[in-house]
Amino acid sequence: MKISRKMAFLPALTLSLAALAGVSQSVVAEGWTPKKPVEFVIMAGPGGGADKMARLMQTVIQKHKFSPKPFIPVNKAGGSGAEALMHLKSKKGDDHIVMVTLNSFYTTPLRQPALKVQPLDFTPIARMAEDTFLLWVGKNSGINTLDDFVKAAKAKGNDWIMAGTGRGGEDELLTSYLNRTYDLNIRYVPYKGGGRVAKELVGGHADSTVNNPSEQMGFYLAGDSKPIAAFTGARLPLFKEAPTLTELGQPFEYYMQRSVVGAPGMSDEAADFYREVFTKVYNSEEWQKYMKDKSLQGEFMTGTNLQDYWTRENNNHKVLLSKIGEIKQ
Amino acid sequence: MRKAEFIMALVLGVFSAYLMWKSAELPIGWQKGIGPGGGMFPFWLSTGMLICCVWILVRWVRRTSPPSQSEEPYMDHQTAVLIGMVVGSLTLMIGAIHLVGVYGAVPLFFIWYMRTLGRHSWTESISLALITPVVTFFFFEILLHITLPKGYLEPLFYPLFELFL
Amino acid sequence: MEILQLLLGGFSVAFEPMNLFLVIVGCAVGLFIGAMPGLGSVNGVAILLPVTFIVPPTSAIIFLAAIYYGAMYGGAVSSIMLGIPGASTAVATTFDGRPMAVQGNADKALVAAAVASFAGGTISIVLFTLFAPPLAKVALAFGSPEEFALMMLAFGTFIGLGGDDIPKTFFSIFIGLVLSAVGLDVMSGEPRLIFGDISGFFHGINFLVLAIGIYGIGEILWTIETSKGTVAVASATVNVQRIIATLGELKKSIKTMFMGSFIGYFVGLLPAAGATPGSIMAYGMAKTLSKNPGSYGKGNIDGVAAPEAANNAASTGSMLPMLTLGIPGSPTTAILLGGMVIWGLEPGPRLFVEQSDFVWGLIASLYVANLFAVILNVAFLPLFIWVLKLRFTVLAPVIFVLCVVGGYAPTQDMHDVWLMLLFGVVGYLMRKLDYPMAPMVLAIVLGPLAESSLRQSLMISHGSPMVFFERPIAGVTMLIAALLFLLPVFQAIKARIKGVNQGNAGKLGDNSAGS
Repeated sequence: MKISRKMAFLPALTLSLAALAGVSQSVVAEGWTPKKPVEFVIMAGPGGGADKMARLMQTVIQKHKFSPKPFIPVNKAGGSGAEALMHLKSKKGDDHIVMVTLNSFYTTPLRQPALKVQPLDFTPIARMAEDTFLLWVGKNSGINTLDDFVKAAKAKGNDWIMAGTGRGGEDELLTSYLNRTYDLNIRYVPYKGGGRVAKELVGGHADSTVNNPSEQMGFYLAGDSKPIAAFTGARLPLFKEAPTLTELGQPFEYYMQRSVVGAPGMSDEAADFYREVFTKVYNSEEWQKYMKDKSLQGEFMTGTNLQDYWTRENNNHKVLLSKIGEIKQ
Repeated sequence: MRKAEFIMALVLGVFSAYLMWKSAELPIGWQKGIGPGGGMFPFWLSTGMLICCVWILVRWVRRTSPPSQSEEPYMDHQTAVLIGMVVGSLTLMIGAIHLVGVYGAVPLFFIWYMRTLGRHSWTESISLALITPVVTFFFFEILLHITLPKGYLEPLFYPLFELFL
Repeated sequence: MEILQLLLGGFSVAFEPMNLFLVIVGCAVGLFIGAMPGLGSVNGVAILLPVTFIVPPTSAIIFLAAIYYGAMYGGAVSSIMLGIPGASTAVATTFDGRPMAVQGNADKALVAAAVASFAGGTISIVLFTLFAPPLAKVALAFGSPEEFALMMLAFGTFIGLGGDDIPKTFFSIFIGLVLSAVGLDVMSGEPRLIFGDISGFFHGINFLVLAIGIYGIGEILWTIETSKGTVAVASATVNVQRIIATLGELKKSIKTMFMGSFIGYFVGLLPAAGATPGSIMAYGMAKTLSKNPGSYGKGNIDGVAAPEAANNAASTGSMLPMLTLGIPGSPTTAILLGGMVIWGLEPGPRLFVEQSDFVWGLIASLYVANLFAVILNVAFLPLFIWVLKLRFTVLAPVIFVLCVVGGYAPTQDMHDVWLMLLFGVVGYLMRKLDYPMAPMVLAIVLGPLAESSLRQSLMISHGSPMVFFERPIAGVTMLIAALLFLLPVFQAIKARIKGVNQGNAGKLGDNSAGS
C-alpha cells in the first residue's frame, strides 16, 4: 500500500495539474462524480453475508476503477439494521453515502415504529440480487424429505430447535410459516450471524435451520448438512435434490434482497452516478461468478422498478409480521 | 477521601437503581415460549451493582476499607484546578470538532495546551500544531481511508482528495 | 508427514523475495497501525483487502498475515508504552507492561512481549500442524452452554485481578457487563438502555471507547495529578547489554510462556471466543499459580509474557474455526473470511483437503510474519524509547489527540468521542477511590458473549440451569470456574483466621485479603 501510494503520487500530481490547466471541463461534462470518499454503510456486522458481498462490491469498484473516489465500508450492525437506517436517515440529502441492505430494511422499521424510519423514502440505487433460503437438517438426522421433517418435528414438539439469525427477521418469519402451515411447534433460538447458525446445526446443537446457500455451502459440500426444501419458485441449480415448497403443495416463496440504497433526498445526478457504478458492478465477471457460486437469483433492478418492488415487498412483510404477532394492526 | 468514598458509593448506587429501572423497560423475567426477556441480564446485574454499593457503604460505616479511613483530601485545590483545565480544554476541543473539524480543533488545542500548561516556546507549539494534523491526515485519510470529521471546513479538503486519492 | 511437506511448501513460498518484501512492509505498516490507540489489525486488513486483488492470492494472504501480526505487536507496544490497549487482546498486557515502563524498564517489557509472542506463535503452530483437523470436532462440540461455562471461567480469573476491595471488584465487573448490554438486544432485537433516546447508543458501547477513555484519558489525568503538572520524564534506556540481560531473565518465564501458549491456543480454537479471553485467562492462571502473586500488577515480567504468548497462540488457534467452520473469532478474521470469498475459497471442513496449499500457506506466512514482527519490534526499540522520553507536556496533548481520533475511528461517530471523555473522567475519579478498572474493561468485551450464550442455553433447556452441569465439557468448566470464584473467599477466611490468631480480629483480615 505504502509503495503503491508513492508510485501513484506522481501521476496523480500531473493529472491534477492538468486538471487545473483547464482540462477539468471535460470531467464536468461527464456528469456528477463524488468529491470525497464515499461512505459505504453495511447494514450488518463483519463476516456476515451482507458484509462479504459489500466488500466484494468495493473490491470490484476499486479494481476496475468504476469510481474516481474510493468506497469506504463502515459496518453498522446495531439492532438488526436499526443503527444503519437511523444513520442514513440522518444524512438526508447527502450525496456521499450509500448503503448495502437486506430485508431488515422493511422488517426493522415495521417492528420498531419508534425509529420513525420510512424505508420507502430512501433513494433507490440498485437491487444486486435476491438471496434464497433452504430448509436444512444435519446429515445424521435420518430426515430426507419434508414429510420426514414434519413427522420428526411433530414428535419432538417444542423441543425441536430451529437456529436462526436474530429475532423477527427472515429466519423467524420462515420458522413461523412452517409452524403455521404444517401445524408444528418448533422452538426458534436466535444466534448472531448465519455462519454461527450453520455451525449449530452441524454441531448437533440445533435440529434444523433455514440458512442461505452461502452460509451452509462449506458444510453442504463436506456432506455434513443437507437441504430438504427450497423456498423458491423453481429448484436451485446447485441444489437440484431439494424440491420447492410449491412442488410439495404449498405455494410459498421467500427471498432476501441484496440492494444498494442512498440517503433520502439524494440529488438525481448523484443517484445516476451510483446507478451507473452498480450496473457496472452487476455486469462484472466477479459479480456474475459470485451470484452463480452462491446460488443468488434476481435480475438487476433500479429506479422506479426498484421503488415498486420495495412497496410490494414492504406490504408483504407487513402481512407476514402481523401473522407472527410482531406488529399489531 | 472519606467523604468522597461516601458520595461516590451513593452516586453509583443511585445510578444502579436508575439502570435497574431502565432495564425493566423490557421484560426481566421468563417469557413463555421465548425464554429470558431482554431486560433480564442488565436488570439482575444492576441489582448486583446496587448490592455492591450497599456493601461499600457498610464498609464505609464500619471503616474497613482504606479510603473510608483516610483523612487525606480527595483532591487538593491545585490538582482540581489543573485537572479542571485539562478536562475543560478537552471538552472545548471535542466541541470544536463539530464546527471546524479535527483539522481545525487539533491545532488550536495544541497551541493552547503547550503554551498554557506546558509553557513551551511559540516555535515548538506552532510546529507541533502544524505537524500533527498533517501526519494525521496522511495516515488516516490517505493511507487508512478513515474519514475524520471536518465540520464547516470540509470543502477545503476536496482539492486534497483530488490530489491524493 | 504430508502435512509437514505442505507446511514446508508454504514456507518456501513465503520466503520468495517478493513475498518476503511484502512481509516486511506489512509488518511495519501493521506495527504502526496497531500502536495507534483505537486502530487495530482490522483497519489495516480491511483497507488492504481490495489491494490484494492486484497481487496473486498467496502473496495477498502473506501480506495480510504480516499486517495482522504486525498490528498484534503494535497493540502490545501501545499497551506498554502508553498504557492504552490498542485492542482488547492487549488489555492484559497493560497490567504489568505499563508498571514496567513507568519503572524505566520499557525496553525489558517490550523484549519480553516480543519473545513471548514468538514463543506463543511457535508453540501454537506446532499444535496446529499436529492436531488441527481433529480439534475442529472439539470446536463443533462447543455449544452455547459450553460457551457460557467458558465465560464463567474467564470471569473467575478476573476476581483475582481486582485486588484490594472485593465489593468494588464485583461492582466493576457488573457495571462492565451492564454497559455491554447497552444498545439493541441481540436476541429480541429490541432497543435497550438507550439513555435519553440518543441514537448513538443504538450501536452499543464499543470496548475501545471505554478502554481509550479509561486507559488513555484517565491515565493521563492520573499522571498529571501525580506529577502535579511538572515536567516528568520517564527514565528509559535501551542497549544491547540490557536486551541480552532481559533474554537471560526470560529463561525463568519459559514455563509461563508455555502455559500461556497452551491456554491461548485452546481458547482461540473455540468459535467466537477469540484471543481476548485466552490472554486474560493466561494472565489469571500465571498469577494464581505463581509463588509470588503479590508482585503481579507491579511490573512482573511474567505478567507480560503470559498474555502475550497467549494472544499470539490464540490468533493461530482462531484460524481453525474461521477456516473449517466459517466462524470468525474476531473482526480481523471476519475480514479475512471476506477475503477468502473474494479469492473464491469456500470455508468449510473440506478446505483442509481441497485447498491445502492455501491453508498451510496461510499458517506458514503467519509464522514468517511472526518472526519478522519480532525482528522489526527489536529494531524499532530505540524509536519507541525515544517517544517515551518526550516531555510529558508534549506527549500528553499528542496522546489526547490520538485518543480522540482513535475513539472516533471504529464507529465514525462523534457520540463515541463524548462518551470516551465521560468514561475517562469518571473512571479517573473512581480509580482514585480504589475501584479497579480492568475488570470493567474486560467485562464489556465478554458481556455480549456471556449474555447470548446464557440466554440461548436457557431457551434450549426450558429455563433449567442444569444444562450447564449435565453436559461433560460445560460441567467440568463450570466446576473450575466455581472454585476460582470461591478462591478469594477461602483466602479471606484464611487471612481472618490468621488475624484472630494474632489477636487482631476483623479489620486486618479484610485489609490483607487482597493487598
